[in-house]
Amino acid sequence: MITSLLESGASIDPHRTALVCGADRFTYADLVRLSESVAASLHGLGVRRGDRVVLCLENSWEAVVVIFAVARIGAIFVPIGRSMKAPKLAQILSDCTPVAVVADARMRAVADDALTRVDGVKVQVAAGRNAREDSTRAWTAFSALTEEGADPLPVAGIDLDLAALIYTSGSSGRAKGVMLSHGNIETAAASINGYLRNTPDDVILDVLPLSFDYGLYQLFLAFSSGARLVLERAFMYPTALLELIARERVTALPMVPTLAALFTRQNLSTCDLSSLRYITNTGAPLPITHIRLLRQALPHVQIVSMYGLTECKRVSFLPPEEIDERPGSVGHPMDNVEVFVADENGRLATHGTGELVIRGSNVMQGYWAAPEETARVLKPGPLPGQVLLYSGDRFHIDADGYMYFEARLDDVIKCRGQRVSPREVENVLYEIAGVTGASVSGIPDEILGTAVKARLSLDRSVTLTEQAVLRHCAARLEDFMVPRVVEFVDDFPVTESGKIRRASPAPPLDQAH
Amino acid sequence: MVETFASEIKAFIVANFLFGDEGNTFTDEQSFLETGIIDSTGLLELVAFVEQKYGISIGDREMVPENLDSLRNVSQLVARKLAAVGAKA
Repeated sequence: MITSLLESGASIDPHRTALVCGADRFTYADLVRLSESVAASLHGLGVRRGDRVVLCLENSWEAVVVIFAVARIGAIFVPIGRSMKAPKLAQILSDCTPVAVVADARMRAVADDALTRVDGVKVQVAAGRNAREDSTRAWTAFSALTEEGADPLPVAGIDLDLAALIYTSGSSGRAKGVMLSHGNIETAAASINGYLRNTPDDVILDVLPLSFDYGLYQLFLAFSSGARLVLERAFMYPTALLELIARERVTALPMVPTLAALFTRQNLSTCDLSSLRYITNTGAPLPITHIRLLRQALPHVQIVSMYGLTECKRVSFLPPEEIDERPGSVGHPMDNVEVFVADENGRLATHGTGELVIRGSNVMQGYWAAPEETARVLKPGPLPGQVLLYSGDRFHIDADGYMYFEARLDDVIKCRGQRVSPREVENVLYEIAGVTGASVSGIPDEILGTAVKARLSLDRSVTLTEQAVLRHCAARLEDFMVPRVVEFVDDFPVTESGKIRRASPAPPLDQAH
Repeated sequence: MVETFASEIKAFIVANFLFGDEGNTFTDEQSFLETGIIDSTGLLELVAFVEQKYGISIGDREMVPENLDSLRNVSQLVARKLAAVGAKA
């Protein structure tokens, strides 16, 4: 159970600082005590093993505590991104039918709106700023859950139980809930810690949202190794981030390419970054120019290029000593993971080019309540009992086993490291009166890696501005899905079946393999 | 002057980050980070706008919340920068 990850950190030294959130610092003992109290309180409010608890929380100590509290009950946490809008939240609530929702000040209005559209949520908890002031009959203040009272609940469940549902943009246009068991998370965390070699002396700076699996796992990686997590709300002010690295003696910095692009614009030589031990990157390939810039500015820092997908968390990493020689590779599979490429006829090979296929105990249990979608990506392997995950990514694996990402096989765009389904954006565009055609694709962008571009055709009687289109999108889509560019066109090329032909996905900048 | 800067900068923010949604009201003091009106890439766009509009330059070390995290902070930064330029001239 993932509660044991926190407990293993606590067993190393309960009095060490485990978590730093702004001005607040928590020891391992604090986190264990708080999560036990919150678990007992949530249980008292009616949350039971197997129930879903939706977390509309930005990075905060409450989010950390509630994740372990939910796990302790044997319930399932469902983290939601801080820019999600009410219609999509309502869709997720009706998909996973949670018993409880925890929301902070920023997300409370969105949650209230979404909750009017669904039934069955019995428990609403207000966290963050003004939680007590805003608490009403509907919303219980988070602080009321942290009061010590009842004896701690025993940890409920086994490692086959689901720990988390992580929603990801599906090619169908509807979000899919990736089902991760406790065992999935524990095995992935153990394999990742195996190559990052985190120790109790490490200090991991997490500026990525806990709603994004890469941000979330920093918790598990830090706590299971007895390290410290410095959790920031967001990455916005590079100078403040650099000062934080110096002040907290940060050793580990997980990045996505957008962060690296912002980071490398800074004059890194004027900052004290001597404590940094490694930088990791995943979500999308790091442009080679950024790898070189980081290597020059920070020669003492290991850069670890990695690859994964939410459905199994992580697949591979490139040993940092090989980055100069193979900057375009995402390396080898991590411990306990096996990979293949499948050719057009479905034949599996250990080398060559084709769809990347993954086997490992980190592979998800499927998509929540979506057996058909699950069957499309989880398929039987060559031997009885084997389950293989089809990634949807085309890879080349060379004769030495080094893995190279080539392209998505579908039209999903990776923006800021997160998946954007063109269909999901197009569905929102088609809601605008007068839109007769919509086509969304990715275009190269210096900072974002790939930016979302929308092309629209309109009924002749309608005039529409780019701004009006963006306003409509921003009210419905998460920030990273809102198009950067809108182009109006007279008509679209169509496929033989009459569907609009999308522009072929653009390769990320600087990815000349 | 600070008020003029604030209304010009607000117009830019409403047009570019709220896409002209004037129903989304934000006050001069509200934190961009907390409200989520502007994100990290939006901040770069805001800085580029302010630099170009007022002919000033904002250095890496000035990219801190005290200078940039609300409409008031940004307009006061612009006023201070212009006053410093005026004093030198």
